[in-house]
Amino acid sequence: MSLSISLTINGQPRTIALDDPRVTLLDLLRERLDLTGTKKGCDRGQCGACTVLVDGRRINSCLSLVASLDGADVQTIEGLADGDALHPVQAAFIEADGFQCGYCTPGQIMSAVGLIKEGHASGDPERVRELMSGNICRCGAYQGITEAVLEAQKVMADKKGRNAA
Amino acid sequence: MNRFDFIAPHNISEAVAAAAEPGSAYLAAGTNLLDLMKIGVSRPVRLIDITRLPGLDRIEWQPDGGVRIGAMVRNSDLAYDPRFARTFPAVAEALLSGASAQLRNAATIGGNLMQRTRCAYFQDTASACNRRVPGSGCDALHGENRLHAVVGWSEHCIATHPSDFCVPLAALDAVVELEGPQGKREIPLEDFHRLPGETPEQETALAPAELIVALRLPAEAARFAANARYLKLRERTSYAFAVVSAAAALEINDGVISHARLALGAIAAKPWRAREAEASLAGAEPTLEAFTRAAGFALADARPSGDNAFKIELARRIAVRALILAAEGTPEVMPALPASPFSTTPGASHVA
Ligand SMILES: Cc1cc2nc3c(=O)[nH]c(=O)nc-3n(C[C@H](O)[C@H](O)[C@H](O)COP(=O)(O)OP(=O)(O)OC[C@H]3O[C@@H](n4cnc5c(N)ncnc54)[C@H](O)[C@@H]3O)c2cc1C
Ligand code: SF4
Ligand code: FES
Ligand code: FES
Repeated sequence: MSLSISLTINGQPRTIALDDPRVTLLDLLRERLDLTGTKKGCDRGQCGACTVLVDGRRINSCLSLVASLDGADVQTIEGLADGDALHPVQAAFIEADGFQCGYCTPGQIMSAVGLIKEGHASGDPERVRELMSGNICRCGAYQGITEAVLEAQKVMADKKGRNAA
Repeated sequence: MNRFDFIAPHNISEAVAAAAEPGSAYLAAGTNLLDLMKIGVSRPVRLIDITRLPGLDRIEWQPDGGVRIGAMVRNSDLAYDPRFARTFPAVAEALLSGASAQLRNAATIGGNLMQRTRCAYFQDTASACNRRVPGSGCDALHGENRLHAVVGWSEHCIATHPSDFCVPLAALDAVVELEGPQGKREIPLEDFHRLPGETPEQETALAPAELIVALRLPAEAARFAANARYLKLRERTSYAFAVVSAAAALEINDGVISHARLALGAIAAKPWRAREAEASLAGAEPTLEAFTRAAGFALADARPSGDNAFKIELARRIAVRALILAAEGTPEVMPALPASPFSTTPGASHVA
């Protein structure tokens, strides 16, 4: 049985011929499309390393079947920067030292982008920590991660305010 | 993961017809099903994708003030729906205390009800487990069972149901709408999950191929909006299942409780509605003594199923605490740490 699945990945329309419906979005990205920025930690929804945006919402790509995503818009860490210009969340992670080994970082950054879009954290570090709890950092870089999310959120809000003015 | 056929039906009747074939399973977001398929605990030969069925993703308010929630509504969308959160705050709080932001964005209402136990032996195909393989025994009974049931268990199975969402739903008389090969029917959420008895493999009242179509909360449940909380004790602050939890809802008029609701989570194979406790509160003043007495009723029949006597005292305390917080009033805004009995920055985090 072969399924034909249409996806937009980082703005590019792709048609995926799926010979096996067992493929998760994470395995599609890493094993078949060479987009290895998205990481596999636990493969069971317990770490957040595989976080990507699907139709603008952060989800765990390890627990999502490609077969059920026909028509979806997927954004990964590879699609975040604008050419050489880093996304504000990427810049803030560097600025605030939001990582050590970097393994959890693509997931942290995609999760932060989703969190800021959702708009439930306000400027409260406690809310940021709670809403980032789906991303485990083995190195314990949480202090920097929280600072980076708060900073990026501020930068993005200021930019939006300036654009509106 | 075993091989399977993937079927994407166009409407509910096609889905139900497809699921009637033996070995089929409905696929919602897959956050529980795929996980279990990866470890060989679930081995469906056909997946029926219900993510695109029309009409299942709506939150519909009824003329009488009750609400009907489609089975495919995502956990986060329900929790953040402003009218829903205002009307049924303990349900929203329970949803936001579950899993992680990513998982809540994907997980569906129907899937949350149907999620399987987190008993480690259930998840380990090398262990004996009556729930997974009927008649094989129960390795939890003399194994690692700190977090297992303290009420409603049997020698055949001592597992708990892990859902947070279902706990306030049980307290508030939610109703599950089903559609199957025999047509439509509905059943109270309280009767949806089953106690193990001699047949732990029969986890819910769902008949083969039956689909959860929607969930309803009755208008009467809105009377508790001003005094309702969900509290959940976890082994870490967030992104963990409950050790014990409680949903408490009060209606207080002139300093007297007119109606009370109480349900406990993570202590049985189903959300545990405590009706005797509720009755003891009706007409009482909202005092520590009344709440302590009520919690005593709620756990009167509790007994350890293993190394878990501590859960009985914890459950009693979480029930008292939930009742106290409910009496204090539903917070103006959702707490920064939903359902948490702890806050690392007291005060500072209560205003968004
Ligand atoms: C790491 C982790 C942590 C978690 N923590 C929590 C927590 O703290 N609290 C909590 O409550 N939950 C928690 N969960 C569980 C999570 O809430 C469930 O996985 C989720 O709600 C399941 O929804 P789904 O749409 O993904 O269901 P699926 O995985 O798609 O389906 C689950 C089951 O339900 C059946 N099903 C789905 N929809 C229907 C329907 N409409 N009719 C009939 N059958 C149906 C499927 O066949 C399957 O058997 C956690 C999960 C993970 C992975
Ligand atoms: S407690 Fe229930 S689920 Fe766990 S091993 Fe025993 S029978 Fe299986
Ligand atoms: S790899 Fe997906 S959550 Fe860990
Ligand atoms: S930076 Fe190493 S795991 Fe987070």
